[in-house]
Amino acid sequence: MTVQHVISPAEVPGHLVKPGAEPIVKATAIEKHFDDHHVLRGCSMTVFPGETVTILGRSGSGKSTFLRCLNFLEEPTAGVVDIAGVVVEAQPLRRRDRAGQARIRQLRLHAGMVFQEFNLFPHLSVIGNLVEAPIHVKGMNKRDATERAEINLVKVGLIEKRDEYPSRLSGGQRQRVAIARALTMEPDVLLFDEPTSALDPSLVGEVLKVMESLAHEGRTMIIVTHEMAFAREAADRVYFMDEGLFAEIGPPEQVISNPQDERTRTFLSRFLQGSSA
Amino acid sequence: MSLAMDTSNENLVADIARAQERRSRSWRTKFLVTWAVIVVALVAFILVTVNVDSVFLQKWIPFILAGIPVTLFLAVTSIFFATILAALGALGRLSRNPYLNGIASFYVSFFRGTPLLLQILFIFLALPQAGIVLPAVPTAIVALSLNYGSYMTEVFRSGIEAVPHGQTEAAESLGMTSRTTFRRIVAPQAFRIVTPAVGNDFVAMIKDSSLASVVGVQEILWRAQTAGRPTFQSMQTLLVAAFIYWVLTIIFSLFQGRLEKRMATGDRTQRRAQ
Repeated sequence: MTVQHVISPAEVPGHLVKPGAEPIVKATAIEKHFDDHHVLRGCSMTVFPGETVTILGRSGSGKSTFLRCLNFLEEPTAGVVDIAGVVVEAQPLRRRDRAGQARIRQLRLHAGMVFQEFNLFPHLSVIGNLVEAPIHVKGMNKRDATERAEINLVKVGLIEKRDEYPSRLSGGQRQRVAIARALTMEPDVLLFDEPTSALDPSLVGEVLKVMESLAHEGRTMIIVTHEMAFAREAADRVYFMDEGLFAEIGPPEQVISNPQDERTRTFLSRFLQGSSA
Repeated sequence: MSLAMDTSNENLVADIARAQERRSRSWRTKFLVTWAVIVVALVAFILVTVNVDSVFLQKWIPFILAGIPVTLFLAVTSIFFATILAALGALGRLSRNPYLNGIASFYVSFFRGTPLLLQILFIFLALPQAGIVLPAVPTAIVALSLNYGSYMTEVFRSGIEAVPHGQTEAAESLGMTSRTTFRRIVAPQAFRIVTPAVGNDFVAMIKDSSLASVVGVQEILWRAQTAGRPTFQSMQTLLVAAFIYWVLTIIFSLFQGRLEKRMATGDRTQRRAQ
């Protein structure tokens, strides 16, 4: 049984999207239980090509879990994910068969992910990190993969670190390499899981700058973040999550500057007080 | 620290450095003297208690030394097979498949739970009753491989588990199959983690290969016993054997130390000079 995906009025395409465009991401009624803890209680999201969407909310509200359900690093308890036409339903009870696993890999090819902890491969150089998957997943030859990787290293401003090992890079540089690694697979959507939360405050800016330039380039991005200013500047739409539900969805000027929902207001006021704004 | 240090301060720094140097030199001297005293005492004890027969030793030392290649052959061959067994065992122990996991955990439990000496004797003396007859050298290799393989299985398993889960997630989020993830991402990192332990096991294997003497493999200990027993001169021959093992383990420990250093720098620094 499939649930019909409904686009809510708050999810009307942002200003970058051509009228009549088809969504690239449709997540429908995603639920997730951890033992008896109901983390996600039916979250749906629609993202159109070229949109930058941020997910805000308190720690523990389920933001990261939702993001990880989108590429099935976390198996949802219920729901359907459709990314670029690859549709995968939650299958919490049985292990997936070969075909099912292949479909998830197919879906992941359309959705690159950037992690809070970077997760660069420490035994590979920067360029090695970037070409590993294009060569061993897509079967590209080394020269083409390297060429493509170098373009992305230039994009994140780290071409001079090409042959360096990750351990010799700063946190901000590592995260930029991780972004370039995701880009080199040429996904349709980029998923960011709190990309700046593990960074020294002085290094946050360089990563956000790269993400901003990607947003301007028209990349489709879904970003879980605590960077309120970034969300306000770069996002086309903001999803505010509270206790496993999207409590408020809308353009940042509405959700952040003029929240309608009581929970959003409480969160923002506490957040703004905390950050001395 | 302030940039402008006055001269008295500089003198102080130099004095501290000199004092530290003096202290560490005196420590090293005491350390070396301790070794020297022990060695001299041992040599004196031997000279006093036994009549060192240089003709006897001249005759038999080459015979004992000829055991070195045998010992090394046993150790190298067995560590090779033990590594293969351990790799398979670790995959089994980490497998979701209950049969494979069951086989692997039984293997580890049984071969870690029984003495190596018993295993050697069992293969040599008991298996012939079941119609399986192995010569002495294969017996020793099989027993050492199985026994060390069981220990190393757990080492390999923990090495694989020590690779952070985020590595697997990153690889899978890039679309890698679990097989590719293991082969390209997890295994190379686990390999670095377990290398020191495998080196340790190799050094231990050199010594444990002496157990093969009980089934007549003509390695170092067997030769020492054979040479010393008829004329009750085991003190000399066993000391020679002990000395040989000692030197071998020192050599391989040094070698291992260097290897470890190389492995450690592999992922931390650039290999080419800056």
